[in-house]
Order: sequence, then C-alpha cells, then structure tokens
Amino acid sequence: MDHLDQLEAQSIYIFREAFGRLKKIALLWSLGKDSNVMIWLARKAFFGRLPFPALHVDTGKKFPEMYRFRDHYGKEWELDLRVEPCPPIDAVDPTLPPAARSAARKTEGLKMALGKFGFDGLIAGIRRDEEATRAKERVFSPRGLEGNWDVRDQPPEFWDHFNASPPQGAHLRIHPILHWTEADIWAYTKRENIPIIPLYLAKDGKRYRSLGDQDITNPVASTASTIDEILVELEQTKVPERAGRALDHETEDAFERLRVAGYL
Amino acid sequence: MNMIVTPASPATPNGTTRPQVRIVIVGHVDHGKSTLVGRLLHETGSLPDGKLEMLKAVSARRGMPFEWSFLLDALQTERDQGITIDTTQIRFRTNSRDIVLIDAPGHAEFLRNMITGASQADGAVLIIDALEGVRDQTRRHGYLLHLLGVKQVAIVVNKMDRVDFSADRFKEISDEISAHLQGLGVTPTAVIPISARDGDGVAERTDRVGWYKGPTVVEALDRLEPARPLEALALRLPVQAIYKFDDRRIVAGRIESGSLIAGDEIVIMPAGKIARIKTVESWPVTPVAGRQGAGRSVGITLDRELFIERGDIVAHVGSAPSETRRLRARIFWLHDKPLAKGDQLLVRCGPKESRATVVAIEKAVDPGELSSVENKAISRNHVGEIDISLSSPIAADPYTENPRTGRLVIEVSGRIAGGGLVLSVDAGQRAVPVDIVPVESALRPDERSARYRHNGAVVWLTGLPASGKSTLAKALERRLFTNGGSPILLDGDTLRAGLNNDLGFSAADRSENIRRLAEVATHLARNGHIAIVAAVSPAREDRATARRIADTAFREIHVATPAEVCEDRDPKGHYKKARAGALASFTGIGNDYERPEAAELVIDTSARTVADAADEIERMLKTTGVLFDELVDLAANI
Repeated sequence: MDHLDQLEAQSIYIFREAFGRLKKIALLWSLGKDSNVMIWLARKAFFGRLPFPALHVDTGKKFPEMYRFRDHYGKEWELDLRVEPCPPIDAVDPTLPPAARSAARKTEGLKMALGKFGFDGLIAGIRRDEEATRAKERVFSPRGLEGNWDVRDQPPEFWDHFNASPPQGAHLRIHPILHWTEADIWAYTKRENIPIIPLYLAKDGKRYRSLGDQDITNPVASTASTIDEILVELEQTKVPERAGRALDHETEDAFERLRVAGYL
Repeated sequence: MNMIVTPASPATPNGTTRPQVRIVIVGHVDHGKSTLVGRLLHETGSLPDGKLEMLKAVSARRGMPFEWSFLLDALQTERDQGITIDTTQIRFRTNSRDIVLIDAPGHAEFLRNMITGASQADGAVLIIDALEGVRDQTRRHGYLLHLLGVKQVAIVVNKMDRVDFSADRFKEISDEISAHLQGLGVTPTAVIPISARDGDGVAERTDRVGWYKGPTVVEALDRLEPARPLEALALRLPVQAIYKFDDRRIVAGRIESGSLIAGDEIVIMPAGKIARIKTVESWPVTPVAGRQGAGRSVGITLDRELFIERGDIVAHVGSAPSETRRLRARIFWLHDKPLAKGDQLLVRCGPKESRATVVAIEKAVDPGELSSVENKAISRNHVGEIDISLSSPIAADPYTENPRTGRLVIEVSGRIAGGGLVLSVDAGQRAVPVDIVPVESALRPDERSARYRHNGAVVWLTGLPASGKSTLAKALERRLFTNGGSPILLDGDTLRAGLNNDLGFSAADRSENIRRLAEVATHLARNGHIAIVAAVSPAREDRATARRIADTAFREIHVATPAEVCEDRDPKGHYKKARAGALASFTGIGNDYERPEAAELVIDTSARTVADAADEIERMLKTTGVLFDELVDLAANI
C-alpha cells in the first residue's frame, strides 16, 4: 500500500462511518479540486454511487468554468445535486472586513440549506494543511445550533472512533480528507484521472491554486500547465495555498472568526 | 497549517517513497513544546516565506518579544491566553523521514486533546523544563503514552540555558524520568539537553552542550521507526456496513490486520458462521484480483447469504478472535463524572457497539502521582483497570495480540468519555468458532404468503405496563387467524418464564431480553408468520435494535394509554407493589419509559374499544404491505 492508497482507505473508512452512523447527510460540493476528489472517494466507498445529496451552496459569483463543470459532472456522475442560493451581502455581519463579509454569505446560505433539508451531517472537503484553524479540526466535528464551532470544547477523538451523535437540532461536520495535503490531492487526481477545472492550470504565467468567488480569489504566478508541473511547483514553492484568497489576509483573525461562526 | 509548504507526500512525480513517521510532543504546560516545534520548523527549513517576518511584526505591534511558539499558537485565543488549547498537525522533513508532528496541549484541562493527538502517533517527544524538573503532568503524559501503546519516546530536557547548561542537573532529571518510564516498561530512545529558544541541541550540538554526546532532536526524530506493519497478524475485518445498492450484497469494512483474497474460507464472529469470500468488490474496476492487506477499506461478497451486522468481525477459520460478554480493560477516563462500579456504559470496539455494565473497578490511579487513589471510582484524567460485562456478545482480542482490535472507547451521552486497551477476554463457553451453517426452510416465503394472504411481519406493541398491549395483541391474533392468517403471540412475560429465564431486570438484561424477542419474532416473520410481540420495551435503543434485526418486516405500535389510566387498571397489581417499594426496576413509576418517535401506529386504549383498535392495526398492516387487500394470484407471478 503506498501513501495514496493509505489516504484513500482512511477516507473511505470515514465516509462509511458517516453514512452508517448519521441519519441524513449531504456532501458539500464547491466544485474545486478537493471536493472533486471527495466525490471520487465517496463513489469508491459506495461502489460507484453517491448515496446522499451533493449540496452546492452557490454565491452566484463563481467562475463560468465552475458552473459548466458542475452542470456537466453533476449529470455524468448521477449526483442528487441540490443547488442552494446565498442571501445578499446586506444580510451579513457588517463588522467583517469586505472579503470576509462576502465569504460569510456562504455561511448564511449553508445555514439556510441546513434548515431547509434538516441534515444532521455535512461532509466538507477541508484539509489540515490549508490553514491554521483547519489544522485543529476533528474528523467528526460538532456544530452548535447556530452552526458555530466551539474550538475550546471539542470532543476527544482517537483511534478512528468518532463522536457521531450531534446535539439535538445541531449538526456534525465530517471531514473525510482532513489528513490529505495539497500535493496529495494533485497526485491522486492524476492517478485516478479525476476531471479538473482548467483554471488550475497556468495560462499566461498565472494559475489558480484555490478556487473561490471571482471577486475575492486571485491567481498566483505560475508556469505549471500540467498536474505533473503543479506537483513539481508544490515541491519548491514557499507560497501558501490560500495566498490568493483575499479573505484570509484582511486582518489577523478574519478567517478564524469566519470558521468559528460556521464557515468551512 | 498554512505554514506547511514542504509537501510530506512521498507520492512525488518521480515516485520516491520516504517513510512517514507521526510523532507527538507532550509535556507539562510551559515546559516549551510550542517553542521547540517553532524552532524545529525553522531549523528544517519548513517555514514559508514571510511567516517569520509576519509574526515578528505582529509581536512588535503588540509590544511583545518574539516567541517561537507564536508560529504554532495560531489561534487568537491561544495567543491571548498564552497556551496551546488543541492538538494540531505540522509536517516537515529530516534527512530520511517525513515527519507528521502532532502538537499536543500540556494543560491538564486539555488532556483529552493530548490523547486525541497521541493516539495517532508512532513515537513521542516528552519535554521537561530543566529548572522545574519532572512534574505531575510529565509523569501523567508518560503514563498515557505507555497506555496508548506509544513505545518510542525521546526525552528532551529544555531550557538548559536557565541552569547554565549544568551536566549535573541534566543527569538528575534524566535519571528520574528514565526510572519513571522504565517502571512502566518504556525505555527512552534518547535523553537530550536543549535550549529550544536558542537552538542548542535541536538541530546542532553547540559548544554550550559540548559535554553531551548523544543525538540532537532532529537526529533522534530521524531514527524513529514507522508503525509496525499489521499484515503479519491474523485477519480482522470489522464490518462497517452491508450495502445492497444493486444485486450485490457487499460486506464493507477496513482490514485492521492480516489480509484476504477471494476464495478464502472465513468465519463471522461472534456468531461463528462460516462462508467463503466470493469476490472483492471495488470501483471503478471490479472485482479486484490479488490479496488485500491491512489498512485497506474493502468490500467483499460471500458465497452464501448470512445474517451479518455492523460490528461483526470477519476472520479466518482457525485464527478467529474470542467471543465474549466479559472484558478486562485498562482505561483512561475523561468525563467529569467519575466512573464507578455498576455504571451503565456504551462500549465501542471498532464498529461494534455494545451496552455494558462496570462489574468491578480493580484499580484507580492518578497517573500524575502514580498512587493508587481508591478502588471505588476512576476520576477525570485518571486511569484504571475495570471489569465490564457486555449486553451482547462481541468478538475481541487482547491488546497484546492485536493492537487494532484490542482497544475500545467508552461513550457517555453520545460523546467519547474514555478509552483503553483490552487486557483480557473471557472466552466463555464458545472459544472455538462453531461451524454454523444456517439451514433454510424448505418452503419459499411466497408459498406461505399465498396460503396466509399476508407477508411475514413483526408487529411490535410497546407501551407502559397495563396499557393494553396483551389485550390488543390477543384480539389481533384472533382476528388474523379468523381470516386465514398465521399470527403467533410472543408475550414478553411469557417468554421470560422460559427462553429468557436467565435474565433479570438490569438495563443490560433488558436489552438482551428484547434482542432475543426480536430474534425469535424475526425468525417467524422470515417464515411467513406474523409475530405479534407484546413487551413494555421501555428503551428506545433496544427497540431500534429490534427494528434493525427485523429490518423491513418491523411494524411498531405505540400503545399510548395515559399513565394514570394504566395505573388505575393495574390488572397484575404491579403498580400497587411498586408504589409500596416492593418492585424494583418497574417501568411506569418514574420516567424510564422512552416513547417511540416514529411508530407506524399510535393507539390510546383509554379512548376506544378493543375491536376498534384492532381494526386500525389491520388497516395499518394493509397500507404497509403486510396484509393483502385483494387475493393476489401469486402463482401467476412465480
């Protein structure tokens, strides 16, 4: 078993635990490289199917390539796709810095979708290596009634035993690829031939390392136009993955505030 | 963290593979864990551009001197309070290893986070302040490492600058901690004097520690061995789920140890049923050829239809785990309320979940003081040895034989409250798997359906004592029989007189009572009969078990007669006795009846006649496909 096999087997284990122990779950599909790998892993876990809905909380501000990707693969992969809108910017905490405030629309959209469908578990494609607060996450992470994350009171989680009983009315976030790195995602995408959005590949000396909303996501300087070249680039770069995400850099704790409030 | 930029993935384009080792850094609060981690990241060139400058600027802005620990204590709250509150993971490289470093908080309050981190580690670094020396928390962490099975422990004596790099002070601490660990059966792989703040002994052996001849911290990490391969052990495939997405019936789970291949003869424990692996299924290509080893999440199909449940263990014939209802375990306890003899728990051993009772507390120890506190209860953050009895049999291994299946966690109110190692398994009367091959009936279910004009079903009547369950059950039985059906009454009390006469009224015994009722009823239903069960069955979880066993045949009827009416009726005089205190564990007085949340039918017998209620049950059985409305010509469909 090589490294990617190990990561895959662990993710499948987590998927099966989530499906078996919770009543009503959905997978959050943001159309990016991580959630595409996640759908692939889920189909491995369930022998070709995604036996629960894929939820796209849509800000309406994604790149056109992303919408095309969603419409095409939603069909091809036979997903039970639910597209849920986000509230307008006025409805969001005005004390947040602009980019974070824009991103917080997604948190609100997520809350609305949760209320609408009554999911007790949401599968999300975050990874520990992306960002400091994500590194602190549990695999099965309980959320409060408001979708908030209490980082001071996380349940113990050891030996792959997960706490799967969400408090009444609350939900769990399940993180099946928490243990993957950015390089793992690319190596696996290549090995399994998982389709990607072309925005990740360099054009005119730039590419996106992380895809979010158009207005708050910027490309990074890069000449990597194939996955192999991306992997070489990742070996050498010292630029963090989310460097192109404006919301992470506005204030020291903007991202942490978002996450505690329920952001992914 | 966002500072991880050197990908630890060995899956580089040229395919090189470096061993990956997971280590945890533990120790008393303020002994310098985060500082050491920050320094290690710096020394191994693992920091992204600008990170150090950014943190220095933040420190300057706040008027604080820069600390290496700022690198790690990324959360605002942590910086404000100056402590690490949760475990985090960072990757970096030494010469020959990819290291996944798990930073675990030292604060006693956050012991559960330390355990969460340390349970995933192959090795550990235990840090001690040279000035303060060995503290309670140091000993406690040492003990927990031992309990979690972490064998490779490197000791780091930090802040040597505070004791003028005194070799004598170093020796003093080194002797004390070595003796403590050796007492637990752990030999330190190295004891290293360092100053994490200044860098002495971390990646370089500076002049100030010139008298020290052993490895630096980086060198010590470089020598750690990755986790032992589990493939050499006996096959253990705990069943996570059974999937029937198409015509395949796939048994899914992760191989915890050993390996398997299509054609293997296997035994399903604890029932001891034997079958052969037909295929190993996968996606996108299936079936998979070749042997599948430990760590793989697989799906297998069998050559015969057996009743298999989540939590069963697939093993090879001849090397199967023991079946037991009794375990001895060494555990650590994280819950506020101390664990005491007689406590009811939920125990998870892999995916297997079982209700359990603490039969005895044999030892209760504060690992900080290593003194045996008392034998009555295990307090929060303490460890102990307990004897537990399980409400249903499980298959388990002692930890010494299989580290993966020989461990368990304990849940209280849906949250993990403790965990530990299985010390011994009481094999009971059936240590050797019995070759059970179920014999199916000569008749097909549809042949019976054609005669009885109904499908097999389990009609489960639950409700308070004297709510009218037995009366209704008997009326229903008469009604169905008159119409040519085959109803069979299974009254809880009646079965307690025979089949279940070994069971009392503890929660565990009540669960077992319900499980047996459900098994018998399901057997009848599978053979085309309508089993009418009348049992108080107060626990929601037990009824959920019954529903799981009977599966689609299950119909739950809540006989929801108001409690006052039930007590007023009291045909067996139970309420009267209970009120007089002569009937312990009687459901009805008190609040231990858990009402069904989604019964197929709810009937209040205080408000209607028996015939009327039976009518309604009949209607429900029709609309849910048990009774046939019209005479169906089944023969035509065969």
